[in-house]
Amino acid sequence: MKKLLSIFAVVAFAFSAHAGTLDDVKNRGFLKCGVTTGLAGFAAPDDSGEWAGLDADMCRAVAVAVFGDRSKVEFITTTGKSRFPTLASGEVDMLARNTTWTISRDVNLGFEFVGVNFYDGQGFMVPSALGVSSATELDGATVCIQTGTTTELNLADFFRLNGISYEALPIETNDEGKENLFAGRCDVYTTDASGLSSTRAAASNPDKWVVLPEIISKEPLGPLVRHGDHQWGDVVRWSLNAMIIAEELGITSENVDAQMSSNVPEVLRLLGVEGNYGEMLELSNDWAYQIIKQIGNYSESYEANVGPDTPLEIARGLNALWTQGGILYAPPFR
Amino acid sequence: MRSNLGFFSDEKFRSIFFQTLVVGLFALGLFFIISTTSYNLEKRNIATGWSFLQNPAGFDISFSPFLEFKSTDTHLKVYFVGVLNTLLVSITGCIAATILGFILGIVRLSSNWLLSRLVYIYVEFSRNVPLLLQIILWYSILIQLPRVKQSLQVLDVFYISNRGLYSPRPIFESGFSYVLIAIVLAFISSFLINRWAKKRQDKTGQQFPVFSSSIGLIFVVPLILFFILGSPLSFEHPELKGFNFKGGLVIRPEFIAMFLALSIYTAAFISEIVRAGIMSVSKGQREASAAIGLKQTWIMRLIIIPQALRVIVPPLTSQYLNLTKNSSLGIAVGYADLVHGFGGISLNQTGQAIECMAIVMATYLSISLTISFFMNIYNRSIQFKEK
Repeated sequence: MKKLLSIFAVVAFAFSAHAGTLDDVKNRGFLKCGVTTGLAGFAAPDDSGEWAGLDADMCRAVAVAVFGDRSKVEFITTTGKSRFPTLASGEVDMLARNTTWTISRDVNLGFEFVGVNFYDGQGFMVPSALGVSSATELDGATVCIQTGTTTELNLADFFRLNGISYEALPIETNDEGKENLFAGRCDVYTTDASGLSSTRAAASNPDKWVVLPEIISKEPLGPLVRHGDHQWGDVVRWSLNAMIIAEELGITSENVDAQMSSNVPEVLRLLGVEGNYGEMLELSNDWAYQIIKQIGNYSESYEANVGPDTPLEIARGLNALWTQGGILYAPPFR
Repeated sequence: MRSNLGFFSDEKFRSIFFQTLVVGLFALGLFFIISTTSYNLEKRNIATGWSFLQNPAGFDISFSPFLEFKSTDTHLKVYFVGVLNTLLVSITGCIAATILGFILGIVRLSSNWLLSRLVYIYVEFSRNVPLLLQIILWYSILIQLPRVKQSLQVLDVFYISNRGLYSPRPIFESGFSYVLIAIVLAFISSFLINRWAKKRQDKTGQQFPVFSSSIGLIFVVPLILFFILGSPLSFEHPELKGFNFKGGLVIRPEFIAMFLALSIYTAAFISEIVRAGIMSVSKGQREASAAIGLKQTWIMRLIIIPQALRVIVPPLTSQYLNLTKNSSLGIAVGYADLVHGFGGISLNQTGQAIECMAIVMATYLSISLTISFFMNIYNRSIQFKEK
């Protein structure tokens, strides 16, 4: 009986004991990062099978911060529905998955959004042959919509507000949405405008599709972690901020070595030459240097994955730095 | 040796001891699961409780043939819409699978080599390919149908496109209720005639054409009444307006895909059950009834089927249960059933995973137990009654 009790005690301990996520990640030797099932520009395997995109870079930046090695990430795909249980259960250490920061997710679901890596808004895409120029002309249309998303709720609100009717065709993944839209099962596909650009870029003939001008919601997309583990939250938050601050300071992956001998104090603090900010986060002191060296600053990641020169052709817009007409802003590095 | 074991040598004590131990461990395990779950929920600040059921859903459900659903309705209503949609596809699926299964089971036993081989191929194909793939296959075929603007027109009133099958919707005008009453009365009187005819045949041996007289009562009488009342029925035809057809009745491809896949898959199993049932009736029964001069159709209807049913009904019940549970795969094609709507979208929008899943599981359990209950009553009614 004593033995039995001790077995139970061990099992109970294993279930209830939660060491910090940062220690878990360090002990495991790699980061588990939840991403989409494939959304070009944000997280999708590239031609060589490597995960690439703005969100994939976010995961890699955290891996670099912890291990100094961009390859120490396991990407775990999640659907709109499975993403929250996956994070809550500890299956992944963080989500970087086009997830909109809302009060109910932040508070009620027990998560912590650590920042915004893409300011988005919900839009509509229709075949250009329909001749529709505004979303208010969509009365009676069949709309493909991903279930379990904020866009699903915005869609209902938008049509109710404008007093027009629609028929929702619920889908699970972006691929399903693509398939149904291209087959004409639905007239309209609605999701975040960035997702629409990504879907349009993947079409065999992108000119046959138009994204309507209306943006009907605020969709701040950002990485999130479990609520309550502030140390880990800080690591992810400042990995993102480091990339934004690097852009502000003009540090790129190319000139980062030269910047080590800069005379700007904030540059020296960020790169770990001065101060011990890395140690405060329980990381090595050159963590931010490594992120910039291996991943690049925010601008580099943006331009390589979703910017005007990529198939997605998304201008910086809101995602430009606050000094350049956008709203991208990171707290000071001091 | 004996003395070392002490109480343990007592068989009664031993059995009580082990049974208590097993029940105790089970209770401990249950307690452990519940306490760990509530501990973790609390630790992660995940709200629990049932109040979310009264909150507005915020999303729309388009496929709700029985209840009008708006995005301002509650999650509780999402639940009811889901239950009704699950029941719709399960009940229609069970009926179709039974009819198809019985026909195929009998055809499989036919002496026609080609027919029986064809059924054999059908059975082996549909019961050996995962149901999920069959659902997706049907759906992929259906969404390759013409687009809504190029709908196929059938008999001038039906339109087929990848948005579904549109047909005219009957509109009942005043006076049609009399026709409905006539139909109900016709059913009741056919039932009474059937009972009376049976009694008379038992007593006197005389037969009465129950079938044809019932048909006359059920179809001809209401039809005459219908014309006397001046055809109180009109149709609303679907019309292509803007993006979609407006008006009329529509059957969505999501439903059709589910219905086809579920009934065709289950029919394969039912046909094997029917075949086994028929083969379980000994050959002597057939020969004996032929010897006393019964017609072929009568042999089947009066001698073989009643005996075969005793073998068929219990496994048939499991097939009905399977079909109902398999309808939860509707999520693969976006069919708005219980799992998709309440167990999926509501769960995800509210985050109340444990509550939603508990409700969904309890609902499937109740539906299954209800099916079992009625099938058991039916099973008892067809068993041998020894006198």
